[in-house]
Amino acid sequence: MANHASMAAAFIKDEARVNWHDETLWYVRHKRDLAAVKIPEWEQLRELASEIKNHTLSHLDDYLVEFEKRATENGIIVHWAVDAQEHNDIIWNLIRSNNISRVVKSKSMLTEECHLNEYLSNRGIKVVDTDLGEYIVQLREESPSHIVLPAIHLRKEDVGKTFHEHLKTEQGNSDPQYLAEAARQSMRWKFIHSEMAITGVNFAIAETGGFVVCTNEGNADMGAHAAGIHVACMGIEKIIPRTEDLGVFLRLLARSATGQPITTYSSHFHKPRRGQEMHVIIVDNGRTRQLGNPDFRNSLKCIRCAACFNTCPVYRKSGGHSYHSPVAGPIGAILNPNLNRRQNADLPFASTLCGSCSNVCPVKIDIHEQLWKWRQDLTKEGYVTKSKKAGMKGMAWILSSPARYRMAGRVVRIVLRFFPSLVPIRDLNPWYKQREMPAAPNQSFREWYLKNKK
Amino acid sequence: MNAREIILGSVAINKPAPAICPETLISSNKNRSGLIDEFIQMNRVAGGSVIETDELELIKKDINQSVKNREYFVNTISAVGQKNKDINEFSDAFSLASVHKVYMRSKLGVAENGSVWLGESDLVNRLLPFICEHLVIVLDSNSIVSNMHDAYKRIKADEEGYGVFISGPSKTADIEQSLVIGAHGPRSLLIYLV
Amino acid sequence: MTVYLFVPCYIDQFYPQVAIATCQLLGKLGCKVIFPLNQTCCGQPMANSGFAHLTSGCSANFVRNFSEADYIVSPSGSCVLHIKEHLNDENEQAGKHIRDRIFELTEFLVDILNVGKLEAFFAHRVGLHVACHGQRGLHTASMTELVSPSFSKPEKLLNMVEGIQLFYPERKDECCGFGGTFCVFEEAVSVKMGRDRLSEHKSNAVEFITSTDSSCLMHLEGILKREKSNIRIRHIAEILNGSDRRES
Repeated sequence: MANHASMAAAFIKDEARVNWHDETLWYVRHKRDLAAVKIPEWEQLRELASEIKNHTLSHLDDYLVEFEKRATENGIIVHWAVDAQEHNDIIWNLIRSNNISRVVKSKSMLTEECHLNEYLSNRGIKVVDTDLGEYIVQLREESPSHIVLPAIHLRKEDVGKTFHEHLKTEQGNSDPQYLAEAARQSMRWKFIHSEMAITGVNFAIAETGGFVVCTNEGNADMGAHAAGIHVACMGIEKIIPRTEDLGVFLRLLARSATGQPITTYSSHFHKPRRGQEMHVIIVDNGRTRQLGNPDFRNSLKCIRCAACFNTCPVYRKSGGHSYHSPVAGPIGAILNPNLNRRQNADLPFASTLCGSCSNVCPVKIDIHEQLWKWRQDLTKEGYVTKSKKAGMKGMAWILSSPARYRMAGRVVRIVLRFFPSLVPIRDLNPWYKQREMPAAPNQSFREWYLKNKK
Repeated sequence: MNAREIILGSVAINKPAPAICPETLISSNKNRSGLIDEFIQMNRVAGGSVIETDELELIKKDINQSVKNREYFVNTISAVGQKNKDINEFSDAFSLASVHKVYMRSKLGVAENGSVWLGESDLVNRLLPFICEHLVIVLDSNSIVSNMHDAYKRIKADEEGYGVFISGPSKTADIEQSLVIGAHGPRSLLIYLV
Repeated sequence: MTVYLFVPCYIDQFYPQVAIATCQLLGKLGCKVIFPLNQTCCGQPMANSGFAHLTSGCSANFVRNFSEADYIVSPSGSCVLHIKEHLNDENEQAGKHIRDRIFELTEFLVDILNVGKLEAFFAHRVGLHVACHGQRGLHTASMTELVSPSFSKPEKLLNMVEGIQLFYPERKDECCGFGGTFCVFEEAVSVKMGRDRLSEHKSNAVEFITSTDSSCLMHLEGILKREKSNIRIRHIAEILNGSDRRES
């Protein structure tokens, strides 16, 4: 099974591409810094956002009930889905009972998590992803590599080739303006003809029963206001208590994500337009399990800004596909093991625990601390190789005894002096592949101390 | 047990001990001219443009030009000209597909991000400000507030069935982080600040 | 003032000069230095790899060696942070006593000894690598992610060294890629991260690179030596102690 380490190594082989990927995403982090520093009360906002989310999670059932009540009063039809299967079934039932064939979808990580597109495709419905980045990767039959910038792993030449193949743009023309215009023209009539528009939910407001969707392209609105049915999909954790809380979250979201003070469109939906049906699907899919775990429940505060991706040197230098999940990056590494241990046991180890992610998180998720805790849980549950386990047990045995530790140290230093690479064959010693071993001094500090100080 | 009961039951068992909800008391004391300058600058950064004017004559001239150019435009502001009788909340996407320009009035602007708030009644039709090629907004400069906290104090977001903050023309940087103005929504946003 | 010296296992074995410099420096600044002879390892390499449950032996040994100390000082931010956050001996009182009294070297010099000047000379172009665990975990310096006043304890001390020219890389506090066992289990990413840090230091034409953590330096030095670079590594203790000679 491909894991992060091997996929990262493959990504890094193309040095020009990884350098471009790294610099581009670092620039997005830099723009975030510039935006944050303009707000003197930035750290206060983060604290507020964190506390609002902590409070909400502690009263989550009450807020969900309140949201449902108000939304229903306003004419929105509210559905509940225990897992991805139920979520997908609800959408399929709406499609079937309304004889729908043309579906557009704006960005929703939840629908990626539920593999909705694949599910509907198996039933003969080809959903069109309308966010430009998602549209590009959809045409290429790839998955998005970043939750805000889905096509960040691609160069414009890659997009040019894809559009030439699918949209009949000029061969060899990779001008972004030209390509985006082609996408606009192609997409426009898909919006106009659409029968169902699926969107995500950035924030759902308990107090009013409404929800907010943020985009720069306007694609969520183009679909939602054209189609006869609007389906908005949300995880249970998207709830916030009051409208005034939007002030805090909307000030933090776009600045953290891209360095903009706000996205071009922040759409507030409260009632269906007359003659339209509006549905909201509230989804669990493992979130209540995460909620019940004091070590990891903070991860549910996430507002999907991807600031942690942009700051993480491991993400920048290994690419989103190395995380083999819809949500990559540091937040993915603490969310995904909850969804599937076996597939995602490698992710919490794809980190040096530097802590930068926790600092950029607008809702103060202790990401790097949760990465450490996941390592403990996954190891105790057995998701570790026999050799690593044996090696660690050996290490613990040696290092816990002064006499054994000193003996081992002496032996290693002697071996290093005669066999500088430790093992003549590079492949068995990963350190030695691209680095020299440390030099072996004649005496340890303790030996020096005994000679000179006692 | 249905899904609702299962989920709510699961939340009830798993939720943490109660934590207090903080007060969100942040506002700022900028003087009026500071707010207007900031609004103009932030809107420009987002790709929009702002024209300051004392009266509505300039906007009427804009509309007359659209008439001369034989553009299909929609005006929703009675003060500047005749409102389109043929456009209402029930107009569908097909009938709006060839709208070139739309004129709307906003009741609130936000200085920290250069955005304007449009409620459903300002829009007439929800799709209108998205499907047109060019969006023109009329905004009273006295209705500019400092930040989003102040904005939410002024508007009642759920007063109508739909409302939106718009901060500029539609855009995308999804192709190699190259900024392209005019993604799926309008290619330009012009604000007349009166 | 009596100070117990906590020497990380890999410094004891591979970089004794760092501990020697720390010992001498503390002595010069008026401290009586005690080195508990039976210390081994804090347990961090196992704990960070998911095996914290195997570190009780290391923790117990640490407590045995350091529970009498008024101050414990170590030339390693990551090891000090590990003790503060993950020391897991059953003697909770001793654990608390230790956590309240353990300091990384630059923390100790600035916050406890209030060092205002140093008798040190190092007339070289020096790149300062900001080690993550000390910086973000122990707050030895401000962090570029946060909107807060700028400060740095290591920088403050280095600026007291005569003749030194200090340079930060462009990405002031990006991780070097060592990360404990990460450096072997994710070797490709680890080395790429290290190389990227080094290329920024090279842009500043530094002669030396220094840091509060020898783990970072060991990783960077490994890469530099493989490249046959002229840039040399010095732990901050060695520079602050005034020596600019070292056995190669």
